[in-house]
Amino acid sequence: MSTTSHAAPANYLTGGGWDLKSWLLTRDHKRIGILYILSITVFFFIGALFALLVRLELLTPAGDMVQPDSYNRFFTMHGIVMIFFFLIPSIPATLGNFLVPIMIGAKDLAFPRINLASWYLYNIAGVITLWAILAGGVDTGWTFYTPFSTSYSESYVALVLVGIFINGFSSIFTGLNFIVTIHRMRAPGLTWFRLPLFIWSHYATSLIIVLGTPVVAITLLLVVVERVFRLGIFDPALGGDPVLYQHLFWFYSHPAVYIMILPAMGVISELVAAFSRKRIFGYHFVAFASIAIAVLGFLVWGHHMFVAGQSVYAGMVFSVLSMLVAIPSAIKVFNWTATLYGGSISRETPMLYALGFLGLFTIGGLTGVMIATMGIDVHLHDTYFIVAHFHYIMVGGAIMGYLGGLHYWWPKITGRMYPAFWSRVSAILVFVGFNLTFFPQFILGYLGMPRRYWAYPPEFQVLNVLSTAGATILGIGYLLPFTYLFWSLKYGQRVGDNPWGATGLEWQTSSPPPTENFLTPPVVTTEPYDYRDLHVPPESRSPLSREEEEYA
Amino acid sequence: MPDAAHAHGHAHGHPALQHQFDTLEQQKESSTFGMWVFLVTEIMFFGGLFTIYMIYRMASYEGFAEASHELDIVLGSINTAVLIGSSLTMAMAVWAAQTGRARTTANFLVATIVLGSVFLGIKVVEYAEKFHHDHVPGWGFAWEGPHADAAELFYSLYFAMTGLHAVHMIIGIGVLAALIRPALRGRYDASYYNPVEITGLYWHFVDIVWIFLFPLLYLIGRHVT
Amino acid sequence: MWPDFPLFPDAASSLARDIDLLFFAWLAVSLFFTVLIAVVIVVFFIHFRRRYQGQIGDTREPRTLPLEVTWSVIPLIIALTLFTWGAIVFFDIRTPPADAVEYWVTGKQWMWKVQHPSGVREINTLHVPVGQTVKLTMTSEDVIHDFYIPAFRVKQDVLPGRYTSLWFQPTRVGTYHLFCAEYCGAEHSLMGGSIVVLTPEDYERWLATGTAGPSMQASGAELFGQLACDTCHRVEGAWAPDAGMPARAPALEGLFGQQVALASGRTVVADENYIRESILNPQAKIVAGWQPIMPTFKGQITEEQLNALVAYVREMGGSGAAAAGPEVGEPPRAEQSRRGESGVAVDGEAAAPEATEPEVTNR
Repeated sequence: MSTTSHAAPANYLTGGGWDLKSWLLTRDHKRIGILYILSITVFFFIGALFALLVRLELLTPAGDMVQPDSYNRFFTMHGIVMIFFFLIPSIPATLGNFLVPIMIGAKDLAFPRINLASWYLYNIAGVITLWAILAGGVDTGWTFYTPFSTSYSESYVALVLVGIFINGFSSIFTGLNFIVTIHRMRAPGLTWFRLPLFIWSHYATSLIIVLGTPVVAITLLLVVVERVFRLGIFDPALGGDPVLYQHLFWFYSHPAVYIMILPAMGVISELVAAFSRKRIFGYHFVAFASIAIAVLGFLVWGHHMFVAGQSVYAGMVFSVLSMLVAIPSAIKVFNWTATLYGGSISRETPMLYALGFLGLFTIGGLTGVMIATMGIDVHLHDTYFIVAHFHYIMVGGAIMGYLGGLHYWWPKITGRMYPAFWSRVSAILVFVGFNLTFFPQFILGYLGMPRRYWAYPPEFQVLNVLSTAGATILGIGYLLPFTYLFWSLKYGQRVGDNPWGATGLEWQTSSPPPTENFLTPPVVTTEPYDYRDLHVPPESRSPLSREEEEYA
Repeated sequence: MPDAAHAHGHAHGHPALQHQFDTLEQQKESSTFGMWVFLVTEIMFFGGLFTIYMIYRMASYEGFAEASHELDIVLGSINTAVLIGSSLTMAMAVWAAQTGRARTTANFLVATIVLGSVFLGIKVVEYAEKFHHDHVPGWGFAWEGPHADAAELFYSLYFAMTGLHAVHMIIGIGVLAALIRPALRGRYDASYYNPVEITGLYWHFVDIVWIFLFPLLYLIGRHVT
Repeated sequence: MWPDFPLFPDAASSLARDIDLLFFAWLAVSLFFTVLIAVVIVVFFIHFRRRYQGQIGDTREPRTLPLEVTWSVIPLIIALTLFTWGAIVFFDIRTPPADAVEYWVTGKQWMWKVQHPSGVREINTLHVPVGQTVKLTMTSEDVIHDFYIPAFRVKQDVLPGRYTSLWFQPTRVGTYHLFCAEYCGAEHSLMGGSIVVLTPEDYERWLATGTAGPSMQASGAELFGQLACDTCHRVEGAWAPDAGMPARAPALEGLFGQQVALASGRTVVADENYIRESILNPQAKIVAGWQPIMPTFKGQITEEQLNALVAYVREMGGSGAAAAGPEVGEPPRAEQSRRGESGVAVDGEAAAPEATEPEVTNR
């Protein structure tokens, strides 16, 4: 189904006008996706700034750059901004928003107004949080453990929690929209097992969002109420139970990890298939693994609390379930790797990110199972080992997935290509910088350096300096794409509908797509990733592909 | 080109059909399904509170029973009846919308709003009485019985749960009010009445939450005394 | 390896080796899979690189099931094996041996207060003799803290309002880090110090230089009298002034560790947390057959006085004594003899233990 993009220049960017109002009141999922990209980029750099400050303070063992109070605010704000305002919306609200309707052949999400409301709620929440940051910040850690958060902290806890509460509704709106859209608005012929794996993983993510977010919303609301009105729900001095808070918090916040990683897994499935030009190995297993992760992810929250005072037997149940939830993740990694076998593997930038993801996620996942083993977790809990582990999942996994996806779909979103050389340089810088930043932290953790430390014993300095050095490289690796992607908006080479020679409905419409996504409603007759009839017209090849042709 | 695309989107021509849907039927199914998914989030939302309630009730049952006996069971029972009545009028409003009775739809919507407001009015009376007796945690809470700590916890949860429920009632009343005008203009008939229907789903859900709240809060250990 | 740049922590407790072994097993598994995936990816990346424009991958449909089963079942078996091993190690970590000597630890923003069995107290430092099995009974005065000794590989959250415990047996003389591992506010990273493991002789010498106070149980016994607990909690007829009158509260002898029948019809085990709750919030769990007349001591005694009372009540529970006693929860029978109150010396001017912070910082 080739389209006539060059004959019909009107697309979602030009079709509705360029004025501010047409953007701020848009109900087009693609434009809302763009708005989200802008918003989360702002928050990403705010979060990164706090990370930078944290790493700078940790260059020396003594707490000599800032006061401990400031340091505590830095790591707290880093966590809050990165998790709630960058990672959770990162892929679903941007790439997911843009692609879910297109990939299933729909004209828009089921509830476009709710989608726009979601973006506004996100921004209102963001402004409230920024206001709290500017007023003096929060020092509780992103976990808001009681009774510190309810009775002892003298920072802007309630304000930030209100921000996160509102942000939760923004997530819920996105998840709700995806579930209904995927259920009710698929193109004719697009059965569940013809869906791209990106859709499966977004479906699983949406389930978690819809089931988990309300619980943390009510929990954080109770923290606010307890803090403001001195009700005694979590503070033992007022008659409450602080461990109950941890249960409720992690009931959401462990699945939230899967909210961050599952969409990235969906992106990787698309990338590995597209850049191997091959159907994904074990499609059904990869699809059901997403659902299994979503379901099992709700049953493992207690592995955050092995030393928190919960019973040994509860710990055993949570530990064994955590072992089980690792299996579907392992299945995915093995299937992606097996997909490469017999493929036509390209070395274009998105694929570099995908392969980087495979390596980093493997390490992140294995260390995750390691710390879910109770005997080891006693030593490693709340040390830098944990910090390293979850950064391997969230930065090495989720952000690699986000960047890989952004590079893959950028020509579809903007109709232009970014420079091949610089994008490869940045992919390699991110990979190297990331490992240098976080690998030393595994060693620091086993040595016993607790997390959230402003000052530390001098023997930990060498590893901390390495980590800070790595963070600098990582920072450059992040600034590069930011620069050249902006540059490409004006100077990037124009591309055709299918620059990568990939399957999927999104590559069958024009780049950028028209307002209602397809000029003629698509009908699906084959399974996904069917490359048997691939025909790439020369004019729509990416510059990189051409270069590769000469190279071969 | 956008015009052509739009023309396609509105091929079926019903004024209420939104551009992203192909048919009214798809639109109706989607909005109803969307409301069900939303209600699932609501269940999880209240579920968090119910979990906290159950855990503390198990931990200090006597205190909860003692505190519960200070609630006005008569007012609570009247409110339960009022709310069940409002569910009936809501169901009638949906029926009237479906059968295209504009005037009747509006009347039943107003009746639902009135009953909802009566419920909130009685709730205000109950709250005022709690303030009068210093039974409001964080507001100079005072308790004569032996289980002051548990009673304070109970009233913390009482206000959190009934307060959240009341917020849902107020939102529901607002949505109902917004439906009256289109109902009077005859916008709803057998082919298109899903705004009334999904509002009805929401209203029934809020009622059901109360059906759980009432025994949990008002009727603890009533068989004991 | 140079001293400034360690890559592996000291292992100085009996548990450390078990935990390290488990860790190395996981490390081997992780290395194996990481290297496997990495090598396979690199080999495929080179071998199956795209050779001409428009080349597509293999379009045959392989049989996936045998491979899927293989790579689901093998990791599952490995994970469950290591889970079992981890659970066994965890049980060891969480089960203090019977011969453990008890130290009391109180955390507060931002210091650790420790009391030795002999009554010696110190702050942010804990001296222990090598080879001695030590059990720490810990609580917090404010927020959640966490007592963490990396060289011993042990860690436990310290919660306000309840007791948690931790045990270790140091195997090497030396000074090791003590950290607070649960974020607790501004000076969280400074809330630590050292664990000093001494030879038994050095430990005795060190103890001698400290100002030994009364032991935990002794101060508890003293408080028990001071606060007039024993006017109600006593064996019937044993207190001279109202001999012959019925007791107003259950006697605490032989109580500890027993099942207690409550007025609500449920039963609880009388452990440290139950005793603690009953002092602070007496109405919460009334023993069957008694009136709820006990006043609360919340806000009237310090955390350390509370610890002392709990230690004393626990001592009264003495292991063998309980077996012969009446079922706890029933009003006491007259024939039961009064025991275990030898330490009570109601003495008006005996200072409350919290009045002066301990100052044992000698080395």
